[in-house]
Amino acid sequence: MSEDQASFLNYPRGIKSWLFTLDHKRIGLMYLIAIMFFFFVGGVLAMLIRLELFSPGKTIMEAHTYNQMFTLHGAIMIFLFIIPVIPAALGNFVLPLMLGAKDVAFPRLNLLSFYIYIFGALFALYSIITGAVDTGWTFYTPYSTESTTSVISMTFGVFILGFSSILTGLNFIVTIHKLRAPGLTWFNQPLFIWGLYATAIIQVLATPVLSITLVLLILEKAFGIGIFDPAMGGDPVLYQHFFWFYSHPAVYIMILPGMGIISETITVFSRKKIFGYKAIAFSSLAIAFVSFLVWGHHMFTSGQSEIAAMIFSFLTFLVGIPSGIKIFNWLATLYRGQISFEAPMLYTLSFLFLFTIGGLTGIFLGTLALDVHLHDTYFVVAHFHYVMMGGTVMAFLAGLHYWWPKIFGRLYNETLAKIAALFIFVGFNATFFVQFILGSRGMPRRYYNYLDQFQPLHAFSSVGSWIMAVGFLIMGFYLISSLFNGKRAGKNPWGALGLEWTISSPPPHDNFAVTPQVSHGPYDYDKIAVERD
Amino acid sequence: MSLAHNHPAYLAHHFSDMEQQKASAKLGMWIFLLTEILLFGGLFCAYAVFRSWNPQMFLNAHKHLNVILGTVNTAVLISSSLTMALAIRSLQVDKKRPAIIFLLLTLAFAATFLVIKYFEYAHKIHLGQLPGKFYTYTGIEGTNPHIFFSIYFAMTGLHGLHILVGMIVISWVLVNTVKDKYSSEYYTPVENAGLYWHLVDLIWIYLFPLLYLIG
Repeated sequence: MSEDQASFLNYPRGIKSWLFTLDHKRIGLMYLIAIMFFFFVGGVLAMLIRLELFSPGKTIMEAHTYNQMFTLHGAIMIFLFIIPVIPAALGNFVLPLMLGAKDVAFPRLNLLSFYIYIFGALFALYSIITGAVDTGWTFYTPYSTESTTSVISMTFGVFILGFSSILTGLNFIVTIHKLRAPGLTWFNQPLFIWGLYATAIIQVLATPVLSITLVLLILEKAFGIGIFDPAMGGDPVLYQHFFWFYSHPAVYIMILPGMGIISETITVFSRKKIFGYKAIAFSSLAIAFVSFLVWGHHMFTSGQSEIAAMIFSFLTFLVGIPSGIKIFNWLATLYRGQISFEAPMLYTLSFLFLFTIGGLTGIFLGTLALDVHLHDTYFVVAHFHYVMMGGTVMAFLAGLHYWWPKIFGRLYNETLAKIAALFIFVGFNATFFVQFILGSRGMPRRYYNYLDQFQPLHAFSSVGSWIMAVGFLIMGFYLISSLFNGKRAGKNPWGALGLEWTISSPPPHDNFAVTPQVSHGPYDYDKIAVERD
Repeated sequence: MSLAHNHPAYLAHHFSDMEQQKASAKLGMWIFLLTEILLFGGLFCAYAVFRSWNPQMFLNAHKHLNVILGTVNTAVLISSSLTMALAIRSLQVDKKRPAIIFLLLTLAFAATFLVIKYFEYAHKIHLGQLPGKFYTYTGIEGTNPHIFFSIYFAMTGLHGLHILVGMIVISWVLVNTVKDKYSSEYYTPVENAGLYWHLVDLIWIYLFPLLYLIG
């Protein structure tokens, strides 16, 4: 028990010590709880949407309610779940441990960004109560300036959430630059740090543009300032440019930290050194860089100039290069490894499979001529769910299962975890693969009603969503029950290299009693025999 | 508490030395300034788009801004940047009293700027030269002159808000200076407040010609 009392979970005690904590581990954990709550809400909305789409016409809700549901599903999943989930929850917890530091560079700023997140989330919830937004998560003008739903409180909520994201990014950049343990060079740090670093750069450079865009949108709605509203002399296409200048890079805010997690888990569970460390590290930065040059591929049919569309199409193909480099490096890492199939590895392999499909269909959509046919169809819906859910969420689940014993000091039921992973993988593909077919046959996205010929595939997709839901319910069950009667985890249950596995689980309040010295690479499984503990 | 102590009060527990803490604070501040530039960047972009579409309207509308008040305000802000820099310099050489005076002067200049801005705004509101649908003025030729005033109020309004935030930050470092929290050993917060203040000043240096001097 003496070790347990010193853990960050128990020391110091009292609710106030949590609410005013400056400990990155506690802040990360509070983020995790809040974000999982919104993941649950967004997931329930998704289930309701799929249920409505089970048959054409009205199944369970009216058209207007349906519009609100898919808007809230998108807005909640993007702004409240998938953008913060890996950096703010897992990153906050793990980054200083990986660096051998006591905390992030600005602990008070870290706590502030958590409360800004909560404050922004409250605004979003308030907008749901006062007439949920029906504009789609993109808030396109001129519909958003005309809609009578509570667009202002929702966009203001998103505006506030942006600051939380900016402050986290700022904090991480400085932490990664300045708080490194002796001996931890840029090229022997874990690749998750490279992922967080590239993410932080995008958070810092892109989010302010979204902030000012939303300010202008709110002013447009309140004063009719005529920047975006064509009725007042404004330009709705300008809104789309502004919006996607942030929101396309934001897609990489979502995926890059996930890719970082994959580099960690794939090496641990294949007991091999990563293949092409520098290629993976620099491809993260390359993705971050290219991400700023491709926003126009969301606007091929919006009326931007043809020459602009061609250039954006070409630049979009460039994203495939660093992404492909990563995929092939991970596959090469698996080659002749001693692969074991614990839950984190199952999600990692799911990631490789699903992200590849998501990425390749992205090339289809980036192709100008093909996109004219496929834009705003279910093909797009399927594509971004394969990238966001098949990519980021799978990577998040891999990371969550990988670091769960470290965070809570408890082991979950491995058998149930494998069953849940199977349900989620099968359910995910059943839900979304058919949507590629639906889309290529002309089913438009966001539609409440559809032609009878699409009914079987829609029904198939809805049944898939139930299979996935069963998987998540099993996961919720074994993760929560592990907190009460899970076996106690040792320092290093996976036999992983990396500084976070050299301290007790859960980690003590001050992380490291003595500042660690780093003398080996993060994935030197070929040189160092690590025992499971 | 002795400043010569190995672990002075102002060194946070997670940093190993003052050098690391100071470098972190500075890097953080510079990244923050970068985000500020991008925030204003959206407005500068909107300005460029609408001016390129309606150059004549912009030309006609800008004549209704008061160049004299704008010039005075430019001088006021540049002076405030000077006094801010002098306040930091005074702390670097451990001269507390001049530092306090310079910080007070900076605050006074900032307040002057806002008072002058208030008179400019009041005059425009009186004439109905307001943004968007509240625009009632009829004396400007060209397409959609209300958009010029939308952009004018959005840019100067956001800038004014930054002046206000700057005044709060400067007041905070002023109080801490009076309380003897800073010295030549430790003055990072004042330096960072100064960096922020110079950026706010710099943004005005761009706003002034783009809005007042395009004739």
